Amino acid sequence: MDFGFLVVQSLSGLASASSLFVIASGLTLVFGVTRIVNFAHGSFYMLGAYMAVTVVPWLLDFDRSPLLFFTGVLVSAAVVGVLGVVMEVLLLRRLYKVPELFQLLATFGVVLMVQDAVLWIWGPVEIPGPRAPGLRHGVEILGQRFPAYELFLICVGPAVLGLLWLLMHRTRFGILIRAATRDREMVGALGVNQALLFTGTLFLGAFLAGLGGALQIPRVSANSQMDLSIITEAFVVTVIGGMGSVPGAFLAAVIIGQLNSFGVLIFPKITLVLVFLLMAVVLVVKPWGLLGRPEPAAGRAALPEGILATPRFGLWEKVILAVVLAATLAVPVFGDAYTVKVATEVLIFALAAFSLNFLVGNGGIVSFGHAAYFGLGAYAAGLLVTKGGFAMEPALIAAPLAGAAFAALFGFFVVRLTGIYLAMLTLAFAQIAYAVCFQWVEVTGGDNGVVGVWPSAWARSREVFHYLVAGCCILGIAALRHVIYAPFGATLRAARDSEQRADAIGIDVRMHRWLAFTLAGAAAGLAGGLYAFSKGSIDPTLLAIPMSIDFLAMLLLGGMQTVMGAVAGAAAFHTIKDFFMPLTDHWRFFLGASIIALVLIFPRGLSGAYGALRRRA
Amino acid sequence: MTLLAAEGLNKRFGGVVAAKDVSFALAAGEMLAIIGPNGAGKSTTFNMVGGQLAPSSGRVLLAGRDITGLPPREVCRLGVGRTFQVAQTFLSMSVAGNVQMALIAHHGRTRDVVADAASLYRAEALALLAQVGMAEAADRPIGELAYGDVKRVELAIALAAAPKLLLMDEPTAGMAPRERAALMQLTAGIARGKGIGVLFTEHDMDAVFAHADRILVLVRGEVIAEGSPESVRANPEVQRVYLGQSGHKAALRARRGAHG
Repeated sequence: MDFGFLVVQSLSGLASASSLFVIASGLTLVFGVTRIVNFAHGSFYMLGAYMAVTVVPWLLDFDRSPLLFFTGVLVSAAVVGVLGVVMEVLLLRRLYKVPELFQLLATFGVVLMVQDAVLWIWGPVEIPGPRAPGLRHGVEILGQRFPAYELFLICVGPAVLGLLWLLMHRTRFGILIRAATRDREMVGALGVNQALLFTGTLFLGAFLAGLGGALQIPRVSANSQMDLSIITEAFVVTVIGGMGSVPGAFLAAVIIGQLNSFGVLIFPKITLVLVFLLMAVVLVVKPWGLLGRPEPAAGRAALPEGILATPRFGLWEKVILAVVLAATLAVPVFGDAYTVKVATEVLIFALAAFSLNFLVGNGGIVSFGHAAYFGLGAYAAGLLVTKGGFAMEPALIAAPLAGAAFAALFGFFVVRLTGIYLAMLTLAFAQIAYAVCFQWVEVTGGDNGVVGVWPSAWARSREVFHYLVAGCCILGIAALRHVIYAPFGATLRAARDSEQRADAIGIDVRMHRWLAFTLAGAAAGLAGGLYAFSKGSIDPTLLAIPMSIDFLAMLLLGGMQTVMGAVAGAAAFHTIKDFFMPLTDHWRFFLGASIIALVLIFPRGLSGAYGALRRRA
Repeated sequence: MTLLAAEGLNKRFGGVVAAKDVSFALAAGEMLAIIGPNGAGKSTTFNMVGGQLAPSSGRVLLAGRDITGLPPREVCRLGVGRTFQVAQTFLSMSVAGNVQMALIAHHGRTRDVVADAASLYRAEALALLAQVGMAEAADRPIGELAYGDVKRVELAIALAAAPKLLLMDEPTAGMAPRERAALMQLTAGIARGKGIGVLFTEHDMDAVFAHADRILVLVRGEVIAEGSPESVRANPEVQRVYLGQSGHKAALRARRGAHG
């Protein structure tokens, strides 16, 4: 490798770092002021690109001048900024006081809605953008050709950093942003108009995301998958840099840009893994990122968002339980093949959702990547059967073991963090697992996955398989429920309520959380193994972000304050999804809108409604 | 016998010296108060004993054993109970549930996945609650209690580990005057009855002079006086930097109230 090649490689790393920084700086600014991790930031980026591929060619029709090109880019970013304002006024204002899990879910609802809106407006086909006039040529650097536009991008990052620095240190608005990032309550107490500050910050944040997207159009075509791929990268940059820190985001973007461009030379397949590993290491050594600060301590103790009471089943609950169990067993006798299939899947999702609520509701461990353990269980079972030549029975034992093993490995890092950093790290680990399954084509079949994951001969009929699933899932749920009522479950609730008090009475909080994470991973792995056999195939969507969100939506719908809510939520969510999805092309739009509606007007879910009914009766 | 000994504790935060060469000793059944103006290093000293902060230098000995720098959970297992300036309890649990949880931890059964947590150590928890006068409230959610009652339950939680030493950081902060006197009376009675040493910080001079056996006065991280309430009250330097004239009168009044 000659020197010129290394320089060019490094320069292209800087160019992508620069773009990444522009986007991440907006995310980190918005988080600093509003304390909301805005999933929809990636949607703003995508909208910026789509706006630009619409506006810029139209402008270039008048005159192919660089001036009009960049005018178009800035106009696109400004339009996206205004969309940010709309989102703040309509949605975020109602979210500032709700628990962070609900904030994440609601902004993810916006992601789903924007995805469908983009498909509806611009269609499913990628739209290539025009090249930038005046920057279309290549530049000779140490004997290598390097695109001039990339050189320009390298300059954009430091320019944005400089402008943001001026804004933050020389204007009243910027000084208020910095003050609010340090101590939001104090800024409010000083009589600053918070509504205006927050709206302004959202404009700035969305503008930066839109700018990042609009600047990409000469390099990549606008497409409807841009949002989720960029948001995970932007999350990683802000988390490594320290959430709320703009210089931290710059530093992290440069490190990641270089890691990517040189990592691809050494480990071409696992560059994604390298980035997430860096994040895991940084968070373990510096839990608040490179240049971040610890969260200011919460003022007074608040009731946690999770399982609050562990009541026994009363008469009514026993009746309901008996009816549900009888119905579960009767489905293969009375239902048609389709009903049996749906019922089998409901049972599987009920176990997965229950294991997630064991973490979220009972332990206060907000996992945003629970699909990882579900999917890894499915892959373990599926690969053992198709590539290993094993039968279903050992594969179904391997599935929970695989879930537990990976949960133990990832959990070791996860339990060192709390709150939003913990949620981000679980998401990152899920993305590693996803990337490996997606990229390791020889073993996992890549995007297509593997087919032919069939049950053993005795369990091959839909009816028998349903009973097998019912047995596994009901036993699994009953066992986890028992643990919630046992001292171990109570210890997790204690650590969730007050970590300080738990520590002071002699509880090793991290160790207990790690065990809980592993146990939940095992249950999710079992559910995943069963799911692989019910579908007959495995593919990477099983451990992708939307699957994790589905699980969380089940909790939200069922109500995470009660022990059995997750089961009701899984049943309701999956039946509704299965019924409506074939009827509409805009399923994601409705799902997103429903998630937002649940968060805003129905945060206690079905079991909350049931509890209210019982109290009235 | 010396239960707790702090030897030459120092703590620096960057350039700020929060505690400078702090040494003291505490015997079983004795109540030692740490007083001093805001920023004197009371909480720092306290947290170095409880394991929340590791000292920059110096040693903490519990019954002759070096516990310097051990995390709070291990300090607890060696027989140290603790209450916090802002009460820390398990808000989702009942009053009895809070104490039962502490008993589960004390008996090392936090990893038990079989037993029923709601009935485990219930009788012991009720007995502890009776000691602090909270038995009737056993089944109420702890979030419903008045703050003074929460502090009593917190004392029961701390006692669940059968401690040799109680660390109480401003036990009466945020309480009404009558509740304060009652809580200190209760603590003193239990400590003397069971031979538990109590180290506490306090802003309320009435509570300090009425119940402390000895007083340690910290100013800007340094011990400027130590001794019986009488000798501390008579110490001219303490009067000058801390108590002032009105504080002096309050001390006399409190003493009369407690013994007269």
